[in-house]
Amino acid sequence: MIVYILCFVLFLVGLYGVITRRNLIKIAISLSIMEFSIFLILVLIGYIDSGLAPIVDPGTPAQVYVDPLPQAMVLTAIVIGLATTAMLMAIAIRLYRKYKTFDIREINNLRG
Amino acid sequence: MKGMSIIVKKVSQLMAGLIFIYGIYIILHGHLTPGGGFAGGAIIAGAFILLILAFGSSALNLKKEIAGSSNTESVAILMVVVMALMALLFGSKIFFFNHLPKGEPGELLSAGVIPLYNIFIGIEVAGAILTIFLALVIFKEESSK
Amino acid sequence: MELTISIILGFMIIGAIYALHAKDLLSAVIAMGIVGYGLVICFLLLKAPDLAIVQIVVETITLVIMVAVVLDSTRKELEPSFDRRSLLNRIAGFIIFAGLFYFFLLAIENLDPLGMHSLGMADSYVNGAVELTGSVNLVNGVLFDFRAYDTLGEAVILYTAALGVLTLLRMKGKK
Repeated sequence: MIVYILCFVLFLVGLYGVITRRNLIKIAISLSIMEFSIFLILVLIGYIDSGLAPIVDPGTPAQVYVDPLPQAMVLTAIVIGLATTAMLMAIAIRLYRKYKTFDIREINNLRG
Repeated sequence: MKGMSIIVKKVSQLMAGLIFIYGIYIILHGHLTPGGGFAGGAIIAGAFILLILAFGSSALNLKKEIAGSSNTESVAILMVVVMALMALLFGSKIFFFNHLPKGEPGELLSAGVIPLYNIFIGIEVAGAILTIFLALVIFKEESSK
Repeated sequence: MELTISIILGFMIIGAIYALHAKDLLSAVIAMGIVGYGLVICFLLLKAPDLAIVQIVVETITLVIMVAVVLDSTRKELEPSFDRRSLLNRIAGFIIFAGLFYFFLLAIENLDPLGMHSLGMADSYVNGAVELTGSVNLVNGVLFDFRAYDTLGEAVILYTAALGVLTLLRMKGKK
């Protein structure tokens, strides 16, 4: 059970970063840390003791395999995390070109 | 950005070729060993990113590269939808059904329509990641002039 | 197994706390690499080789993109100000964290201990998968045959992100 609590502590560290940091790059890093903790807790739930990796050997069927369903979900989620981080970086580059700073309290006028 | 020294250029040419072949292997054997479409596509994109970083953006024509990668990823995702529609028309009338014959499990030519999906999704992921990287490099070049 | 993963999680938490408090932005980006590569080791220990391959390549590409963004801009983080607004933010944050922690403890009460997971829904996927899909790799068969709509949605998301980045980074428009 302590593994689940440590995963949640990693999630809370990321959430603290999103709430209290002023720099846009650090907000992006904290969002990524939150996503990593959720990947780990999903794969941890589906783990079976002394189970094999989910590749079936056609010679000896009917063994105990690790649950493949959370692994398929996390595979999709990893690629979606890459797409989110790439778009956040593109927005950060545009904001830096215009305002010459990454501080979110200076970027507060809506003309453009 | 400028390119690197000539040792880095020659070694990266050799390594990019090997990484490209490794990526194609991971895509094709996706239904037999761990890997599949997403992992192989990302590895192929990594080979091209290595070449761009080693040779510098002044030695390549980046506008043509980004047009090429963007067209490739669009054609690949169109082929995925076309193949899913073909399962609707022929065979049994279910969208996305696995209708080609499944051979013996464990052979290279087995598992029906899954290897074809692996190939097209791999090409699409490689094109998308390469387009993202090239857009960043071109933007930095144009705005720092 | 629980002890090993707890130790690696401890290193990841230390790396994450350093990434938030680093003075230099380049150090923060590299400290994010600690969390990403530690996750790869955890995936290998939990018998998930497919996920380890994808995570290591995606993490390397993310680090290259972030270093390219950070390198030619100002790399100093401005000193954190201790005015009333930021102090109120932190206190409110900690109260909310205590509440979330209590609800999380309520949620994992009925979970099986680590390693004794009972295959509820995945039983029908694992038992007849090799005959129904024909592929020996169970994760690939589940991803491309049983749940093919999720894969189509993910490919569309990646395509939309590539088009979005291409649109955001054009130099037209007024300065």
